[in-house]
Amino acid sequence: MSERRLSPNLVIGAALVTLVCGVALLSVVWTPHPYAVINVSQKFAPASAEHWLGTDQLGRDLVSQLMVGAANSMMVALLAVGVGCVLGTAFGLLAAARGGWTEEAIMRVSDLGFAFPALLFAIMLAAAYGPSLSVVVVAIAFINIPIFARVARAAAKQVWHREYVYVARAAGMGRFAISRDHILPNIAAPVIVQATIEFAVAILTEAALSYLGLGAQPPAPSWGRMLSEAQTLMSLAPQLAIWPGLCIFIAVLGFGLLGDGLRDMTDPRLIRERRA
Amino acid sequence: MSYFIARRVAGFLLTLWAVSVVVFAVMNVLPGDPALTILGIDSTEEARAALRARLGLDQPVVLRYLDWVMGALRGDFGQSYSFGVPVSDLIAERLPLTFSLALSGMVVTVLLALVLGVTAAARHGRPGDWGIMLLSQMGIAIPAFWLSMLLVLLFAVKLRWLPPGGFPGWGDPVAALRALVLPTAALALVQSAVLARVTRSAALEVMRLDFVRTARATGFGSRHILWRHVLPNALVPIVTIVGLQFAGLVTGTIVIENVFYLPGLGRLLFQSIANRDLITVQALVMFFAALVVTANFLVDIAYVIIDPRLREARG
Repeated sequence: MSERRLSPNLVIGAALVTLVCGVALLSVVWTPHPYAVINVSQKFAPASAEHWLGTDQLGRDLVSQLMVGAANSMMVALLAVGVGCVLGTAFGLLAAARGGWTEEAIMRVSDLGFAFPALLFAIMLAAAYGPSLSVVVVAIAFINIPIFARVARAAAKQVWHREYVYVARAAGMGRFAISRDHILPNIAAPVIVQATIEFAVAILTEAALSYLGLGAQPPAPSWGRMLSEAQTLMSLAPQLAIWPGLCIFIAVLGFGLLGDGLRDMTDPRLIRERRA
Repeated sequence: MSYFIARRVAGFLLTLWAVSVVVFAVMNVLPGDPALTILGIDSTEEARAALRARLGLDQPVVLRYLDWVMGALRGDFGQSYSFGVPVSDLIAERLPLTFSLALSGMVVTVLLALVLGVTAAARHGRPGDWGIMLLSQMGIAIPAFWLSMLLVLLFAVKLRWLPPGGFPGWGDPVAALRALVLPTAALALVQSAVLARVTRSAALEVMRLDFVRTARATGFGSRHILWRHVLPNALVPIVTIVGLQFAGLVTGTIVIENVFYLPGLGRLLFQSIANRDLITVQALVMFFAALVVTANFLVDIAYVIIDPRLREARG
């Protein structure tokens, strides 16, 4: 298995993802200061031993807000991609197992999903139901369903033509049981790779929506909303516009690299190429 | 060929229709009272009833949908609740700015991506290649709105070379173009990151083919081979991604307009949300989604024009 050497993408990606997830988890039990406590006498404090990255316009500790922001980002991405992945994969498996008009119907409906970029869909939902984090989760989840349906169907269709599946069918196994026991484990790799990449996209989308005021509502800290607050103070406190953006960048870069690395490791075509 | 085009046109019209149903359903049918959304929770029941009657909300849903679609086909999206003018007038007034931003973003994206991608492919496996790929990896991870803020911080706040936002109107073309420099850069730098990677791998794939070796053996210069032989043959995947990126360009424009306070359609969308002007929001969402669907359709048609082989294959 020496071909499966760990690529730099994978190592750097995994390290960044571990860092972001670790900080997000830590924030649940500990932050240097309570993130929402306002202390106007301390506003725009520079970095110090007490406030590692300084404070914002209301004297709130920046590090604490960034940490809770990480938890917020991870939560949204996990929920949205999780729901999209489970439902989409189920539809993809169903399409591949049934074929015929079921497959045609699922694929045509999922084509429709590609007409709506996640951001546009979320804007529409937020306009109709009011801005909130749940609208963001629903919108991203919804847009992810057709993406996973496509990936799962394409991979599953190949597996359906493997010999062991023919054997299972000959042995009288039903389509559902085959999908669960033989197809699903064998399409896990592309689905997980896609999920990692969609995680990065979800973090970006949540940040953009919160920046535009359609996501996390105050006082819940979100990297995107911190940036939109920082924008009005840019000539006064430019540092406030740096850190939240850097956090988004690190998180998205981490999941993107991890996804690329995992794909390089699991894509049979690439492995064959490397062996050749 | 004509069968292929006819099928695509039918699929395109069907998708447009389905999109209109989704947009209308989300904005009208799902639980929630539009009159309550527009007027807010402090409004009286009488005021809400009056508004419902004015907006035709007391009509059956199907009738309202048909009314909306027929109107939209004639270019009539109804009256904006907050601006008090027809929505189509608002769109006509704001479209030129959005169109200019999207067009300049697209042109700079493609130029930048082709140059970077082909350069990286030509230096495959050497430091130039790694450098460009590293930049592109970073470009993919940078949120466009944060990059915009950094550009404003550097070029508007620190260096004072360019305006930080706003739009002076087309009356003064130089000022108008200056106002579009930073938004275009923010849009294009992020978009070209993905496209540069695709260009690079598409070019690498073509460079392995026999005819390139033949061209090299015939004595053509490497620059000539890259731009005249490799690039044209690498265009199909590049065009696919340009088409797919159109959705990103549309949403990117919406975000960037709000970062730079540019009075285009994206800004109008957010003003309408803030004003709870659902009629305008519905029209704009439909407009943007229709743009994306149209772009996808044109990409499908473009394949056939770029690659004659597909013409025969698809009949």
